[in-house]
Amino acid sequence: MPARVIVLGGGVGGTLAANLISKELGAEAKVTVVDATGMHLYQPGFLYVALDQANALWLTRDERTLLRKQVDLIVDQATMIDAVAQTVTLARSGTLSYDYLVLATGSRLDRDAVPGYADTHDFYSLDGALRLREALRRFEGGRILLGVAGIPYKCPPAPVEFVLMAEEYLRKRGVRENSSVTLLSPLNRAFTIESASKLVQPIFDRRGIGLTTFFNVESVDAKARTVTSLEGETAEYDLLILVPPHKGAAVVMDSGLGDAGGWIPTDRNTLAHTAHERIFAIGDATDLPISKSGSTAHFEAPIVASRIASFIRGTAPKAVYGGRVMCFLETGGGRATSLRFDYAHPPVPPQPSRLWHWAKWIFNRAYWVTVPQGRVG
Amino acid sequence: MTATEFALTKSIDARGMACPGPLLALIGAIRQGQVGDTFEVISSDAGSRSDIPAWTQKAKHELVDIVEETGYARFIVRKAR
Repeated sequence: MPARVIVLGGGVGGTLAANLISKELGAEAKVTVVDATGMHLYQPGFLYVALDQANALWLTRDERTLLRKQVDLIVDQATMIDAVAQTVTLARSGTLSYDYLVLATGSRLDRDAVPGYADTHDFYSLDGALRLREALRRFEGGRILLGVAGIPYKCPPAPVEFVLMAEEYLRKRGVRENSSVTLLSPLNRAFTIESASKLVQPIFDRRGIGLTTFFNVESVDAKARTVTSLEGETAEYDLLILVPPHKGAAVVMDSGLGDAGGWIPTDRNTLAHTAHERIFAIGDATDLPISKSGSTAHFEAPIVASRIASFIRGTAPKAVYGGRVMCFLETGGGRATSLRFDYAHPPVPPQPSRLWHWAKWIFNRAYWVTVPQGRVG
Repeated sequence: MTATEFALTKSIDARGMACPGPLLALIGAIRQGQVGDTFEVISSDAGSRSDIPAWTQKAKHELVDIVEETGYARFIVRKAR
């Protein structure tokens, strides 16, 4: 009887892991992906939709078309995991048993956690990006603030990219002169990585983009149009864009497999659940203090796939996650830089250039026919 | 005082995790925690030596201890409000 592998979540990590396990083991494994919507979303595109640089159509694909035909897809919501009985219960399709379980359940937005959030905008969902696009199209000047309302959040460079690209957008629309753009940074610099921060700070200075440091958004007063930080400061806005708070999947929290935020306790090298050796976690779902990004999931999925294949074949697993992450950072003006690092090697970002901008553009466009199938590594 | 004298609510090993980095991991833990909770962040990033105390002071939490180890340091912070 083939080993049963269930993958919860049809994002980049889940899709790639399922395809790789199926490819590696063939008839030795029956691989099933469970996804709540059956639609695969390319989330890095939200930024471009919000800033009117792309339409929304290229951001979604039917998950079925991205999976090998040998991989089963069940479009349903997983509601409970029993790690002892090794079962997953689905909302409509009964209960499935597994030998190995991959949790690629991503993160959820928790906008309600911020008082006054309804008066704000974000680009962390397709609906949010489309709503922000409308607000920016109507924007005739004033103070734009971008703040971070929860940690961890997906794609750490996104706030910096957004303000750099938004400033350019306002110039093109002819409303830059009567506007200000300010990043409310949770840290004492523009970006988490100091070397990258040193690259972007002169661009902020040159283009008159404001930076307020150590400002972690706590609440919004929609009437007064002010935002307050947990450090105790308040700022006034005309258009407030927030990175919403994130939390782990409901099924993880309801099954007692996560921490207080719903993040899965995960071994930083084996990517196994720290309490359950037959459960692995990929991407946003883990509690690892590493970038929540498609890139992280992309590099973790082959490790999990290889380790599961080894266990099923009864051999010692060799693949180890070394903390590899690779991100692009758009700096506006058709330029970008790149951030490549792992546990042992800190990033050394190159000067922003057109080359990296085009590399990001090509990656975005080629994503559908490369990443989910494991054609780039 | 040393780290072992404190009952840690949570320890976060952020060694080698350049992004989002040790300070953001600490801020996330503090945001999620209760007043009185004590967190340990393990960092191999030299910048943490100034960043973590600076934020802890600004946000009015308590930097309980910094324990230097070979190649990394442990930062113990208590959520004070």
